[in-house]
Order: sequence, then structure tokens, then C-alpha cells
Amino acid sequence: MSLDSKTVARIATLARIRVPETDLPGLAQELSGIMTWIEQLNEVDTRGVQPMSGVLARDMPRRADVVNDGGDPQKVLANAPEPAHGFFTVPKVIE
Amino acid sequence: MNDTAMVNDKNLIEGKTGMWEVVLGLEVHAQIISNSKLFSGAATNFGAEPNTQVSLVDAAFPGMLPVINEKCVEQAVKTGLGLNAQINLRSVFDRKNYFYADLPAGYQISQYLDPIVGKGTIILDLPGGEHRAVGITRLHLEQDAGKSLHDQHPSKTYVDLNRAGVALMEIVSEPDMRCSDEAAAYLKKLRSILRYLGTCDGNMDEGSMRCDVNVSVRRPGDALGTRCEIKNVNSIRYVAAAIEHEARRQIEILEEGGSIRQETRLWDPGKGVTRSMRSKEEAHDYRYFPDPDLLPLNLDPKWVESLKAGLPELPDAKRQRFIKEFGLSDYDAGVLVAERESAAFYEAAAKGRDAKLTANWITSELFGKLNAAGKDVTESPVSAEAIGELIGLISDNTISGRIAKDVFAEMFETGRAAGEIVEAKGLRQVLDTGAIDAEIDKIMAANADKVAEYRGGKDKLLGFFVGQVMKAMGGKANPAMLNERLKAKLAG
Repeated sequence: MSLDSKTVARIATLARIRVPETDLPGLAQELSGIMTWIEQLNEVDTRGVQPMSGVLARDMPRRADVVNDGGDPQKVLANAPEPAHGFFTVPKVIE
Repeated sequence: MNDTAMVNDKNLIEGKTGMWEVVLGLEVHAQIISNSKLFSGAATNFGAEPNTQVSLVDAAFPGMLPVINEKCVEQAVKTGLGLNAQINLRSVFDRKNYFYADLPAGYQISQYLDPIVGKGTIILDLPGGEHRAVGITRLHLEQDAGKSLHDQHPSKTYVDLNRAGVALMEIVSEPDMRCSDEAAAYLKKLRSILRYLGTCDGNMDEGSMRCDVNVSVRRPGDALGTRCEIKNVNSIRYVAAAIEHEARRQIEILEEGGSIRQETRLWDPGKGVTRSMRSKEEAHDYRYFPDPDLLPLNLDPKWVESLKAGLPELPDAKRQRFIKEFGLSDYDAGVLVAERESAAFYEAAAKGRDAKLTANWITSELFGKLNAAGKDVTESPVSAEAIGELIGLISDNTISGRIAKDVFAEMFETGRAAGEIVEAKGLRQVLDTGAIDAEIDKIMAANADKVAEYRGGKDKLLGFFVGQVMKAMGGKANPAMLNERLKAKLAG
């Protein structure tokens, strides 16, 4: 599978990674190489095999419906650059 | 019940170039009633101080792992059962990736290919007593996002993560609806079922039930048109208004030779229009993949069976029972069962009383007064038993239906019992024909001219005589008896 510069630019936008225009062709080549390597998996016959969504053959652990966390806004906001009145703040998101 | 369903002419909209059919599908986000969040132990109460109900899992701190809340799973399964839907004994959680300030992890844990609940059915109760089935496509579990406040600061958006991670059920309908009335009926019925089950409080004002509407139009009989998704329609009234507006907008574009672009639009209740949300266009690549932090969710079929056995009687079954057991009309039964509390109130009031009469009094008199006072049935100043007593007094002829209205008004005002008011005010109905005859004689003697007119063929005057005698007797004459005696005497 070969990725072009346009596709790589889109992937970068979705991942919120700033990539200079000049880096795109090199990245496209690199990612195409990785995809080609992964494509070797297509050689395996997976007909009738259920897709795997975890490596552990056990049930998902569950939690009882009790409140035993939260209540500490200072801790939650500790790493926030500019908290105000108990809120996180970010540059204005205009819809 | 699918896109080849019979076209109902009364739902068609007339454009400049002919008739159009509107096709509607609804996505409802229903907040699950639970103490703590879907994957963390933080509380879920509405209206708490900002960021006081946030665990480090909800704030997506590195290294934190989600652990599923078993109550939320139970609530989703119960809701699936209440929608007569298939329960999937194995379901998978996926990451839905998008970038937004109130989504700290950069992805929402949701379900994509393997939701917990599959196809089901909901029966709409339409105006005019018609019932129609609408398909449910699926119900899946997912996390809610945080809340952004855009109006607190000139250049900043404030973010509160209290809602982040609260459990939601996304309930998706088939594109089976054809007019805004049906969409409204769908939301009412869904809310009623959720409230009966106790899985969501259905409160659209507080956002615990939110609705996105998919709207497309087509010529009757054609394939489905391109749809637009309208977000932010947070009352049943707005859903209807948004659909009407959006259908018109699409028809205008198509009739002028244009085409519809599939997009997300926002309902603006202030202006009464929908507008494009351009920011969402890029975001529509969610890159779903199974969440490596979570194993598949496996359910024990015996546990599902036990939940099914424990379900309460739901609105459709209750309506059928009220019709059969109490002889109510489909309409009255529907009004009474819409809320679990009113149905229970009715059953308590009707115990040992005339069931139909009780239904009439509750749906007209009581609900009328409660509406005017802005109260719901649980806040009624008149208890179910007190209404029952009043019905008893009407049934055994102690008071007339007309006097009962005055008694009821006083019960509602003061909370006093019906019997007490009747005795204190001397409102017992006069059943003594002698007393009624005596009053009739007096009135006839005083209005000899009118008696002559009546006997001359002007039988409309009967109403006048009834009124006069009633007035003289303080409204206490038994109406049927009065009518009968009066007719006999006037006939001469």
C-alpha cells in the first residue's frame, strides 16, 4: 500500500501533529514501507476466525456502582496551565 | 417499517414541483441512572461545583485504566429488554477518536461493530389513537464528554469534566418515521419506557436525554435521499420545529436543481433555523478500533433472563390491561399510563370504585388543575384515596356530578376530604321527589307565561326551567330526577 503526501497531511491533521510541507514526501515513503510490511499479514487465511479484541482469555473485571473517587478538583487541575474558578481553560472554541 | 413502507399521503409535503416525503431517523443519547460513572468511581450528580466529580480516569491522566460499572451494564440490558431488542451476550468497546477540548483522552470509549443491544421495536402512540411500530437499530454504551462553557470569558473556553465519563446509552432508530408528529411520539414513548425502567430520568432540560435527528427528503417511492444530521435539538417541541424547517430547506434546494450535501447541522432555537457546522466536516473520520484497555464484555444468559423476569409492567402492557380490566378507552388508558406515577395513582384511586368515572375525573379534572398549578401527580394535593372517596359519593348518588366539581375544587385548595366538605356545606343531593316537585311547582307558578309558551311548542324553554329550579335548590337537585319530574309536570 502506498500513501501519498495528501493522505499523510490528513493523518497529521487528525492526530494534531504539525508537519512541515517539506517533510511530507519523506514521511509518505516511510509510512508506505511500514504499511507494506504489515500487509504481509494478508497472506494469512483468516476466514471463519473472529477478530481478536484482547489477548487475555478471561472476563472483563467489573466495578460495583459506588462513589469512591473524585472530590479533589485541585488534584485534577494540578497540571492545567491556566485554571480559573475551578475550570480548565483553553483558547476559545468557536462553533 | 423500512424505506419501502406504504406511503401515507397525509404525511407528504407539497413543494413547488410536486409532493415530497420526509424520512426521519433519531439518535437519542440517554444518560444512565447510576451512582458512579461508566468506567470510574466519580459521582454523576447534576449541577455539582466544576471538576469536583472527576477521577483521574475521567481526566485521562496517563496510566489510568477504565473498569466497567456493572450497574451501567445492567441498565443498558434492561433498556434493551424494554425495547424488545436482541441482547448481545458478547459486545466490544471501541475508541472513537476526535479532538475536542472537553474530551481529555482524545477519544470516547464507545461501541461500534459489536454493541450490547441489537435490533428492537418501539410502538408509537399517534394522535388519533393510531399505533405504529418503529424499528430500533441498536443501543450501545458509551462515555459522555465534559462540558464547555464559551460565554464566561472573552478569549477563553472553560471546561468542566464532571460529565466526562458518565454512562450514556445511544439509542438509534431505523429511518422509519415520516413526519414530525411521529418523531415527537417516538421521543415521548422512549422517554416513558426509560422512566418506567428507571434507567434514565428522561429530563431533556438538564440534558439527560438528548436528541439528534437525521432528515432526508425524496419523491414518494424513490430511494432514500441524502441526509443531514441535526444536532442540539433538546426539547420535543424543537425536534418538531427543526424537522419542519430542515425538510423545507432541503426541498427548496432540490426543486431549484441543487443537491443535498451530507453534513451535520445545528438547530438554532432563537432563529428557528438549522445551520451548517463546518468544524465537524474534518472530524468525521473517527478511526474506530477496539480499546486495548478493555476486554470484550460477556454476559451470562441466566443473568439476562433474571433481569427480564424482573422488569416492571411497561406502558404498552399496562395500557392493554387498563383497557381490558377497567374498560377504558385506548386514549384514556394511554394518557394514564404515559407516566408510571399517574398509572399507579389511577389504580389506587379506582380501587373498588367506578373505574371509567375515576379515569374521567383524573384525566380531566385532576390533570387540568395540576397542569394549571405546574405540578405533577406526585405533588397532587388530593391523594388517590381522596379522589376515590369523591367518586364513591358520586356513584352512590350522595352528590351530583356538578356539585362534585365544586367539592373537588375545594379539595384541591384545602386538602380536606370530600365527605367532610359535603357535610359541612350541606351539599347532599336532594333525591326526595316531594321536595323537587314542590320547587318545580313554585317556579312554574312564578313563570306562568313561559309555561304557556313551552306548552305552545317552545320546548327549548326546558333548559330555562331546569336552571331556575336548580338555582332555587342550590344546585343540589338530582339532575336526572329533576329532568324527569319537570318534563312530566310541564306536559301538564
